Amino acid sequence: MSSATPQTASGGINWFKYSSPQTFFPLAGTLAPWFAAIAAVLFVAGLYIGFFVAPTDAQQGESYRIIFIHVPAAWMSMLIYLAMAFWAGMGLAFNTRLSGMMATALAPTGALFTFIALWTGALWGKPTWGTWWVWDARLTSELLLLFLYFGFMALQAAMDDPRRADKAGAVLALVGVINIPIIYFSVKWWNTLHQGASVSLKSAPTMAATMFTGMIVMVFACWAYAIAAALWRVRCIILERERRSEWVADYLETQK
Amino acid sequence: MNWGSAGEFFAMGGKGLYVWGSYAVTFLCIAIELASLNLRRRAAGKKP
Amino acid sequence: MKPRHRRIALIVAGVAGLALATTLVLQAFQQNLVFFFTPSQVAANEAPQGRAFRVGGMVEKGSVKRQPDGVTVQFNVTDTAKTIQVAYKGVLPDLFREGKGVVTQGRLENGRFVASEVLAKHDENYMPPEAADAVKKAQATNQKAVNTVVNK
Repeated sequence: MSSATPQTASGGINWFKYSSPQTFFPLAGTLAPWFAAIAAVLFVAGLYIGFFVAPTDAQQGESYRIIFIHVPAAWMSMLIYLAMAFWAGMGLAFNTRLSGMMATALAPTGALFTFIALWTGALWGKPTWGTWWVWDARLTSELLLLFLYFGFMALQAAMDDPRRADKAGAVLALVGVINIPIIYFSVKWWNTLHQGASVSLKSAPTMAATMFTGMIVMVFACWAYAIAAALWRVRCIILERERRSEWVADYLETQK
Repeated sequence: MNWGSAGEFFAMGGKGLYVWGSYAVTFLCIAIELASLNLRRRAAGKKP
Repeated sequence: MKPRHRRIALIVAGVAGLALATTLVLQAFQQNLVFFFTPSQVAANEAPQGRAFRVGGMVEKGSVKRQPDGVTVQFNVTDTAKTIQVAYKGVLPDLFREGKGVVTQGRLENGRFVASEVLAKHDENYMPPEAADAVKKAQATNQKAVNTVVNK
């Protein structure tokens, strides 16, 4: 039994091999440009469909075209938070170094998408609802999400020891997960000015097909972009945190 | 095709400021993030 | 228990505790999370008395009337069960339409709701104008059929 190699344990690939920053660093470097390229192609395709193929909306006219960035950004803001909390929790539970770095790398991109969702929402609300902002449950909980990201980043920045910063950040990230279902279901649970979901897993989307296609392409574009940005950032974090290790010194030598 | 002319395209049925304001800020944010990542990468690559 | 398992257990317990706390807080603040009241709630005196609140519902078809002074608009907000009369002085949002959603802020004065702000609440359906026309036509046909059956 002692001859069993770790490779056979998880279907041929030893995923734990990549949980070390040293082995993940080059992998992230290889993958990031590919995701960035996919994002660029999908952004162009999505915007083309959104502006040139998708028809005018019967109710809102052209201002509905903000949906092609607003909904993907809002979904990403929640999804990145879940991913961040997942990695933070993994770091807390298994004490792996890379998990904390992944959580830290995801936070700024998540905050960025949250800001975009709020900004585009305000610019969409003014011509349709007649107001930039209201304190309804959906808008308020999304704003709270932005503050959770800021809190996470500030807390980590305030601590000198990265391992302790990871732990403190992880607790905050996990506490904040509560907010995600609140954001998502707020339009169902309470009376809000914000309309209900157009797209759900349970029923067909209440949108014309080309509108839906444009939006989904933009969603995948945002996914690819977020992955690329997070991988690039985690590479920076690995270099910063492991700067005293031999392999980083060797790596930087080859970059000269 | 939805638009008769470039002018129509940019006007967005009178809602151009809102629509283009959304997309301009989005791509500005993305550009800022990519630039700051590039700067951070360079700083991290310098010898201590 | 291994330290790792204890940590996981602690995390799970922490998250569960927070979920419970949030649920309780939300239950307690349910009243304050209400962005608007429906005309039925207003009729049942569930809306706050003596201070401004919001009423939401549908603008009743054919109820929008401009007052002779040219700035005051009068319309009925309905949730199909109850209806409330609203008076508003000011600019209406683009998407303010008869038969569409509206949220309006103001206070009750002698059974009439005097609004200081009117916001349009649109639905989550997006479709091209031709499709919207088709839906309207289909609904009209169905309505005709219903009327025929009801009136014999």
